Amino acid sequence: MESFDYSEYEKSLHRDGRIMNAIGIALLFSIPFIFSLILGAHIEWKGYVSGVLRLSLTYLPICVVEFLVYVPILGAGASYLSFITGNIINMKLPCAYNAREIAGTEAGTPEDGIITTLSVAVSSLVTMLVIFIGVLLLIPLTPILQNPTLKPAFDNLLPALFGALAAQYFTKSWKITAVPLILMTLLCILIPSLVKQTTVMMIVVGAMAIGIAFLLYKKGLLEEKEEK
Amino acid sequence: MEYLAKVNSTPLYFVVGAVLLFVACGCLWFIVRSYKAGIKIGMDKEILKKAITSSAFFTVLPAVSILLGVIALSGSLGVPTAWLRLSVVGNLSYEAIAAESASQAMGVTLDTSVLTPSNLVTIIAVMTTGICWGIISTIFFCKKYSTKCQKMLSKGSGTGKKSFADWAMVAMFIGFCGTFIGAYTAQAVRGTWVPLFTAVVAAIVMKVCEFLSDKKNVKWLDNFALALSMLVAMAASVIVSL
Repeated sequence: MESFDYSEYEKSLHRDGRIMNAIGIALLFSIPFIFSLILGAHIEWKGYVSGVLRLSLTYLPICVVEFLVYVPILGAGASYLSFITGNIINMKLPCAYNAREIAGTEAGTPEDGIITTLSVAVSSLVTMLVIFIGVLLLIPLTPILQNPTLKPAFDNLLPALFGALAAQYFTKSWKITAVPLILMTLLCILIPSLVKQTTVMMIVVGAMAIGIAFLLYKKGLLEEKEEK
Repeated sequence: MEYLAKVNSTPLYFVVGAVLLFVACGCLWFIVRSYKAGIKIGMDKEILKKAITSSAFFTVLPAVSILLGVIALSGSLGVPTAWLRLSVVGNLSYEAIAAESASQAMGVTLDTSVLTPSNLVTIIAVMTTGICWGIISTIFFCKKYSTKCQKMLSKGSGTGKKSFADWAMVAMFIGFCGTFIGAYTAQAVRGTWVPLFTAVVAAIVMKVCEFLSDKKNVKWLDNFALALSMLVAMAASVIVSL
């Protein structure tokens, strides 16, 4: 095996990620101006400021918390890609977890960073490709995809995803699973509007599960029921 | 009609295509670099290929679902804008909320009979600004933060025993899954049982796949287990909704 400096690779990963995201965000911000030129339109600044203020009240804290939560899970390379390509919770995160499970890598290791980066990059490319093909075939595809018979399938994409993932993760430790699952069920029964707030609640419940895991780990109550 | 013709005009497709091409090239660059790095640190080529194929297969179904979002959003914002917004950065729920929020701030609704191209460019600017914080955080803080996290996580790795970092990762995902399954269970208690039913079907199929892979040595199933579980569960949701 030829000599390879992993820390150099990591440094270059950060450099490339920063450059890519800086150019990416600059391009995205330039879009409304380019569209304005093409369409002979202009940004309505009063509406812009008001709209951004309304959104930022909710999304600024969410974005910060998402950054703090997702970066340790995904690792550096996958984080740069995930934040620029979006759809993190419903696609990139489960995808990276699935790849990590298949590869059997340990959190925080170079191997794990490589697997999550590969996984998120491939997922982002495939998503762009599927949407591109979909846009090309938009006219013939629209009636098929919008067929009322198929509606329940797409309405239940997240239940299908989290059902499959729960089968993998709940069985790793029922001791960690019990309290968050029962608590979330009871909360959603008592406060039905929480069902629509799952993206916020998952961060709270995720943190609680880590707290429970920490207590169980300290007391030596987490058994080594290792995955395949 | 004039509004829709304008916001679906060909030059807009080229502008969006150019931005997406840049992001796609970035992804390709990361694939090549991480694959080569994996080989150089002695990882098995088969493992790397498995990670690639399983990720590709897993992505197809959620991507088709995102395509539905493109169709939904294109009705008011035009195809190029919907294509751009759902290919990068956000997700359907955010984009829909952002578009609604921006249009309300301008005193209009997302109705093509009242929207103007100026409304559209304002909506895009609001959408971009509202969710840029995550990307900006990666540019300024990812290096320091991820290095710190990696150091914490790597403590105890390689000992053969599961470290707390590994348990923390498992716990976090248990928390994520618990949130959704808890919500679906609560919905089922209130009479909306299809989401929980779909989740249970997906869980059963996933367990069957795991059994076949572990006990019957059908190892190729590993790459497809998640996508297959979702597909069967989504098909089941269609059948019970007929």
